[in-house]
Amino acid sequence: MCLSIPSQVVSIDREKMTAVVDTLGVKREVGIDFIADEVKVGDFVLIHIGYAMNIIDEEYAKESIKLYQEIIEKMEEEERRTFIDESDNCPGGAGGA
Amino acid sequence: MELRDLYDRFRDPAAIKALAKAIAKEAQDLEPFSIMEVCGGHTHTIMKYGLLQLLPKNIFFIHGPGCPVCIMPKERIDHAYILAMQPDTILCTLGDMIKVPGSRGSLQDARSQGADVHFVYSPLDVLKIAKENPDKRVIFFAIGFETTTPMTAALIEQALHYGLENLFFHINHVTVPEVMRELIDSRDEHIDSYNNRIDAFLGPSHVSVIAGSKIYEEFPAKYHRPVVVAGFEPVDVMEGVLMLVRQRKEGRCEVEVQYRRSVTREGNMKAQKLIQKYFQKRELFKWRGLGNIPKSAWRFKPEYADLDAEEVYKEILPIGEIEDHRLCICGDILRGMAKPTECQVFGSACTPSKPLGSCMVSSEGACAAYYKYGNLLEAQ
Amino acid sequence: MKQITLAMGNGGVENRELIEKVIFRHLKNSYLERAEDATFLGTPQHLCFTTDSFTVSPLFFPGGDIGKLAVAGSCNDLAMMGAKPRFLSCSFIVEEGFSMRSFELILRSMKKELSINSAHVVTGDTKVVPKGSCDGLYINISAIGERVADVSERYLEPGLLILISGSVAKHGAAIFAAREGIDLESDLKSDCKSVWPVVEEMLSVGGVKAMRDATRGGVAAVLNEWAGASDVGIEIDEAAVPIADNVRGICEILGFEPLVLANEGTFVAAVEPHRVERLLDILRRHDLDAALIGRVTKEYPGRAVLRSEWGTRRFLDMPSGEILPRIC
Repeated sequence: MCLSIPSQVVSIDREKMTAVVDTLGVKREVGIDFIADEVKVGDFVLIHIGYAMNIIDEEYAKESIKLYQEIIEKMEEEERRTFIDESDNCPGGAGGA
Repeated sequence: MELRDLYDRFRDPAAIKALAKAIAKEAQDLEPFSIMEVCGGHTHTIMKYGLLQLLPKNIFFIHGPGCPVCIMPKERIDHAYILAMQPDTILCTLGDMIKVPGSRGSLQDARSQGADVHFVYSPLDVLKIAKENPDKRVIFFAIGFETTTPMTAALIEQALHYGLENLFFHINHVTVPEVMRELIDSRDEHIDSYNNRIDAFLGPSHVSVIAGSKIYEEFPAKYHRPVVVAGFEPVDVMEGVLMLVRQRKEGRCEVEVQYRRSVTREGNMKAQKLIQKYFQKRELFKWRGLGNIPKSAWRFKPEYADLDAEEVYKEILPIGEIEDHRLCICGDILRGMAKPTECQVFGSACTPSKPLGSCMVSSEGACAAYYKYGNLLEAQ
Repeated sequence: MKQITLAMGNGGVENRELIEKVIFRHLKNSYLERAEDATFLGTPQHLCFTTDSFTVSPLFFPGGDIGKLAVAGSCNDLAMMGAKPRFLSCSFIVEEGFSMRSFELILRSMKKELSINSAHVVTGDTKVVPKGSCDGLYINISAIGERVADVSERYLEPGLLILISGSVAKHGAAIFAAREGIDLESDLKSDCKSVWPVVEEMLSVGGVKAMRDATRGGVAAVLNEWAGASDVGIEIDEAAVPIADNVRGICEILGFEPLVLANEGTFVAAVEPHRVERLLDILRRHDLDAALIGRVTKEYPGRAVLRSEWGTRRFLDMPSGEILPRIC
């Protein structure tokens, strides 16, 4: 799916149709032909071979991150319950009734 | 939110482990099913992060053809070679392409023979090269899926804008839904070595950013295969698999987008329009190992013939077809009918440093990914 | 004298002037002053001998230049064998027209690096070749050191722990970023530096069994060579490998694996477990990024294995072929 890297827009030059983006401390100039109308400084964008393809939707990104946190907590909770069940059923085991 | 969250949170080990548990739990009573990850980038992620080791035994991946370098037929690589060897010519292409051997050798070989071959990081570099070398002919050997096609179109737009007369293009852009269709249709007619079918697709991340998730709607509708469009980080892939498991469990069959932070149904209309401006679909295009697939590739519209290297250099570009090395089973691997380790020459006569077929050459190819990352599993 | 001319390589007046007025200004020492066709070294003991040619391009890069690289690189090769750097030979092959100012800057870098290693250039040669015959300047160095500790890959055995002296891939990433054709702005700097000072401290503590600097082919090459040479397995915890943000950035952009890119002043050491705390302390005093990254094992002899944070493992292979950016 073609190497494309999230970067953050640092400055925009609408005449040249370019923007300077930052990728973890490395800055470079990319083409903004495909997002010129909507792009703002501070936006997160995906860069593919020297062009910004789209603007990353921060809300969806945050929702996903929140969802993963919930899944992690749910799995941890289940593990705890399994552990408690197992030690309840274990004769002479720790954590018994 | 910070930039590094877009990297770290989607590679979070805790999330990967939790998703693996969730998948194992929810897939418990399901019949074995196969997922084809269409795109080489997904293959790369799966192998690099060892995701196969985290999945339950009843889910497995079939590695798809999603690598524009892998599917490039030898005869077209020969075109690149011939063009590169022309006098006063600079041939430009992207990355891995220069290592793939045609029947005369690779572009890297052409370079050692004195050809002026440049690999570029961006089509914008080609513009620079053309402007700086007005006395030379600069030919861009353009490859890539829907993700990359608009960038070539943007370069064409710039070339016309600057009135550059020394820049030409050899267009090899291909499209994903057509090959997905071909794989399902051909698989229904063949029995493969594992008695497998492709039951579901993990849709490519960035092809979908450009083209939209709408391009996959025919697969649930006509072929009863669900598609989940997933991002390329390991958490994205795991969540994508979980979504496919859930569809299976709940008896659903639809296109879903896991990669919501970047993929919409419509995609990038500007990019799509730019493609439509300069290109039209070819009737047929040969994919290495798969044969001719209708409407699966782009060519220039006739009004742009002056830019089309295939027109301008018609006299010297051969049109015959070339067979692969007889021991090479890239075709079967690309169809998902064989694994790299089943190939007689995998790892021996065919290695990343001396590839016999494209699957080994590009870092996206199933064989290269297996060679680099996967053989630990076989050894276990 | 603004530029190096062909005459300066002729062994006559101009050559003598170049040596005495330019080269000696920076590199002079008692050995060179007494030097004739060959230099008498006295009786150094337990000799280690190494040679290297330096053809790096660009000649000046963020973090160093070819001169610094040449001295540090050769002295580091000796340090990795537990040998104190002592005597260097230095041959220059210079392209006609090379800027004198650049040549002096390079000599100055060499002098600085020599003093860090407490080593001397004791014999040398200068040739000037016609324009176009070489890429500016090539340097060849042969170096002699005196071994103070018996350190070798022969001593690798299961149970030893693997340390790394700093974060990875800085040199490879800096060189790629500095090369023409990639328009990047970053504060990437090569990690080119002499390691004898920190190695000397480590050797005085003891427990160091083998060391290697991770130059071309990076950490991946070293670990594979070690595993192959001693028929042991090496397992590395991926999460423990230190990497700087901006190096990560460039690797993400170009699709490189940090473990295969070159380092110039970063090395790995296989050490005895009971010494690991003290040795890590010493390393960290010189570079905060130093870390414990893995261990020598019995499993998969001859192979290096990477272990991910979520428990999956894969082979880390020898890098091969030209390192090309992943595009698609």
